[in-house]
Parts: sequence; structure tokens; C-alpha cells
Amino acid sequence: MSFISVGFQTLLYKETLRFWKVATQTVAAPVLTAMLYLLIFGHVLEGRVNMLPGVSYTAFLIPGLVMMSVLQNAFANSSSSLIQSKITGNLVFILLPPLSHWEIIAAYVLASVVRGLAVGFGVFIVTVWFTELSFVAPLWIVVFAVLGAAILGTMGLIAGIWAEKFDQLAAFQNFLIMPATFLSGVFYSIKSLPPFWQAVSHFNPFFYMIDGFRHGFFGQSDISPWTSLAIVSVFFAVLAAIAINLLKRGYNLRH
Amino acid sequence: MTAIQIKHVEKSYKSLKALGGVSLSIEEGEFFGLLGPNGAGKTTLISTIAGLIRPDAGSVAIHGHDVITDFRAARGKLGVVPQELVFDPFFTVRETLRLQSGYFGLKNNDKWIDQVMGELDLTNKADVNMRALSGGMKRRVLVAQALVHKPPVIVLDEPTAGVDVELRQTLWKFIARLNREGHTVVLTTHYLEEAQAMCQRVAMLKGGKVVALDTMSALIRRISGSQLIVHLAGGELPEGLRHLVSHDEHDGVPGKGGGNTYSLRVNDYSEVEPILARLREAGAVIDEMQLQQADLEDIFLQIMDKGTV
Repeated sequence: MSFISVGFQTLLYKETLRFWKVATQTVAAPVLTAMLYLLIFGHVLEGRVNMLPGVSYTAFLIPGLVMMSVLQNAFANSSSSLIQSKITGNLVFILLPPLSHWEIIAAYVLASVVRGLAVGFGVFIVTVWFTELSFVAPLWIVVFAVLGAAILGTMGLIAGIWAEKFDQLAAFQNFLIMPATFLSGVFYSIKSLPPFWQAVSHFNPFFYMIDGFRHGFFGQSDISPWTSLAIVSVFFAVLAAIAINLLKRGYNLRH
Repeated sequence: MTAIQIKHVEKSYKSLKALGGVSLSIEEGEFFGLLGPNGAGKTTLISTIAGLIRPDAGSVAIHGHDVITDFRAARGKLGVVPQELVFDPFFTVRETLRLQSGYFGLKNNDKWIDQVMGELDLTNKADVNMRALSGGMKRRVLVAQALVHKPPVIVLDEPTAGVDVELRQTLWKFIARLNREGHTVVLTTHYLEEAQAMCQRVAMLKGGKVVALDTMSALIRRISGSQLIVHLAGGELPEGLRHLVSHDEHDGVPGKGGGNTYSLRVNDYSEVEPILARLREAGAVIDEMQLQQADLEDIFLQIMDKGTV
């Protein structure tokens, strides 16, 4: 019942409307950034490296860029909304009404998923013209895109609750999210790494999101998509438990 | 029925004791004033009522619902106008009020939203972005946001701080009407004349503790009484009235054209005529007279000075 309550619907609508009102900044800009990555890396590396058998580098890169955009923008949505509301004080409009912890977490995370997918779709639309892409298992594409966005939306929620200043959030984003996404196989297959770094990559949950997502396009991946799904699902469950615990305790929200 | 029940609430911030065991009971339909100097704990207490602050000890219930264990029911009955002038810069006035209605579970609330905007003179600003509003207009929207769900308990934390006379009048007219219709109103303000005009009962806080709690009329009567200021053109103040003389600037001060001015303590109007009769009997000639009632400010200063009653 609570998942379809008016309170949840309204908060979801508000969080979605919030990024849509500034779509140039929240959707168009990351799409442009991803296209620049494709133009530069695709131009420089096309024909020089072979990441997956029978797959051009540009084709290999596009799913990675799409997923990277999904993840980074999902994180940005919930985290920036929360920190802005905390700093400007308008978070009281969320804290005063009778919204349950589940309604709050579900609305913030789902809005992040919407933004992540909107940006990811935008990146896909502008990059797909550069090469021929296959769609071997579309369901994996959808599953990993949604789950990845939900994970990053939840991480953004946690970061937004934890951070008290913009620079704390920037540190979270720059020293954790950004390296984890860049080192997760967006631009390369981890099989091209030395054994030590291959082993390290397996501790990066972002690797499983991107690897599983890419499997949906080419039917090939560094590890089984089922293994990736299991790891990513557990990761999501742990993050959701942390987020709900923070909200229940009122950590950094209710003093 | 009790609208707000506050029991032994304590809250500390490191070494600072913001609330030191506050207990209060506010009945349904009351217009209640929460007064005190800066740092007395008023906003901490209101934030505790609103669930924004978790007390170290004690409990708060709104219409019988605990604000922590039964927070959804408690918050549904409460509308709070925060002291800080906060707003969401992404939305217009109407969007802001629709969103706030939705958070309280209300869809299609436009009829009431229009009415509230009308009452607060916001109608012509309905489609204006919050960023473009003046401070006074933003304050009106904050009030409207607190009222979108027609809460039975309305808490106003210094709602008229820094706003013009027009808004004050508009706001008090509307709030008074809501109170007459049965809404419980809790008000904190530094404008004591507002509290005196609006509140039926008052609690005064100092250092996180309640130092006075009574009806407005009883408080005024109990603490100070009124002053009958008389200027005698001729004759002396009879010996039998000297014990009523209060020691302030009027006592025995020579007045214009000779004679003396005396300030005599009286508890109510019924004591005036016997005093005048005694003066007439003593041959005193009154050429000027004024009855000066104590106001909340006198009482406030007296209580804050003494610390307790």
C-alpha cells in the first residue's frame, strides 16, 4: 500500500520534475560528455585494440559509456537533491509530512533510476549511429541498467544523508564513484589487465554492473551475467539496508 | 482532548542543555503562546513537537499519537511554519503547495489551495517561481504550506519575524478564524503585543525550562496588576492609601501647576471607586487620572528578571 501512496507518488514526481526542469544541465550535458568520450577514445583506439572477439572498439565502448552515464547520473540525482535541500533548509518540507522511510527511499531511488535511464537513453541515441550494435539479450540490458541505477541512486541517498557540506559530497563523488566507474571496465575489458588488477577489479561492484550490461549487447562478458546479477543484487540489498537504517535513525537529518 | 502533550522533555547539545525537563499540555482549540528570550528553547521544543529533533528523554504526543513511535499519525495532524525562510527554488507557488499537499496524502487539493492562497493574498503569485518572491511573500507561502492539509494543530514559529504590517494583519485574521473553527494554534513570537492579543494561555521558557504557565488574563493579574495614576491638584494622599503606592517614577512627583502625581496599584476596576471615595473624603482634588494596565511585556520582563513565579 505504502509503495503506491500519494506521498510516495508526489515525492517521486517532485524529484523527477526537479531534474527535468534543468534538463540542459542534468540530461543534455552528460550526453554531450559521453559523446566526446566516444569521439576521442573511439577515434584513437578503433582498430588498435580488440576487447571482445568480433566486436569493434567503438561498439565495445558504447554500452560502457551508456552504463557509466546511467550510474553517474543516478548518483548525482539523489545526492545533489538531498544535499541542496539540507543546505538550503527546504528538507523540512520532506521531514515534516507523514512520509514513511520506505516512501522516502523508494521515491528518491526511483527518481534516480528515471534520470539515469533518461541520460543513458540519450547517450545511446547519439552514439548508436557511430557503429553497428547487436542486442543479443535485451533483458540483461534492462535488468542491469535498472539495477545499476537503483544502486547508484541508493548510494547517492546515503552520501546525501551523510554529507553536511557540498565538498564532502564532491569528495564522495570524486574519490569513490568516479574511480570506481572508470576502473570498472567502461573503456576496457578487465581481461586486458595484468592478473593483479584483474583480481582487484573483482572487488569493484561497478565492474559487475557494466559487465552484465555489456553482456546484453554482445552475449559475451568477462564473467557470467548470472554471477554479476547475484553480486549486484546483494550489493543493492546491503546499500538499501544501510539507507533505511540511516533514515530510521534520522542520521544527520533529525537531530 | 489534549492536542499536544509534552512530558519531561530533555535535550542537550554537548554541554548546552537546550530543554531541561519541559512538561506542557495544550488542549484542543487553544491559542497557546510559547514565549521566551533568544536561546530559551522555544524552537528546540517546537522542533521536538514536529519530530525534527529527537529528545534525549521524555515524550511528545499530538492528539495522543507519539511523535516518534507513531510519527505518521502525529505528523498528519500537525502543520508547522518554520522560523527560517526556506523554499525550494525549482518550483512555483502553486507547485510548491500541490507538492506539500501530496506529501500529506492529498490529491486534487486545488480548491483548498486556492482558498488558502486567497486568504494569504498569494493568488496573483500562484504561477511565480519561489525564487522571484519577496521575503514577505515567501513567508506567506510557508504559512500556506503548513495549512495545505488543514491540520488540527498549527504551530507557528515566529511567523511574523521581519514581515510588514499588512501580512501580520492578514495572517492573524486567517489564523484567528482557523482557531475559531477549532484548530489548535501554538505560537512563538518576540512581538509580545501579538501574543497578548491572540493567545489564551502562555508558557514562558527560560534556559530550557518553563518559568510561567497560565492563562493570559491570570498571568497579567497575578504578576503585576494595574496602575491608577492620579494627579492631585490639592490635598494630600490619605495615609490609608499609602500602602498602594508603587515605587516608580510617578510617586509623589510634582505635577504641572503644583500638586503631586501618585501611582497606585489596583487589581481590577472594582478597586478604583473606593480609592476615589477615600481621596474625596480626604479633601484631595484630582485633576488628572489614568488607569494603566500591565501588559505582557511588563510581565515578561518581570519573569525573565526573577527567573520564576
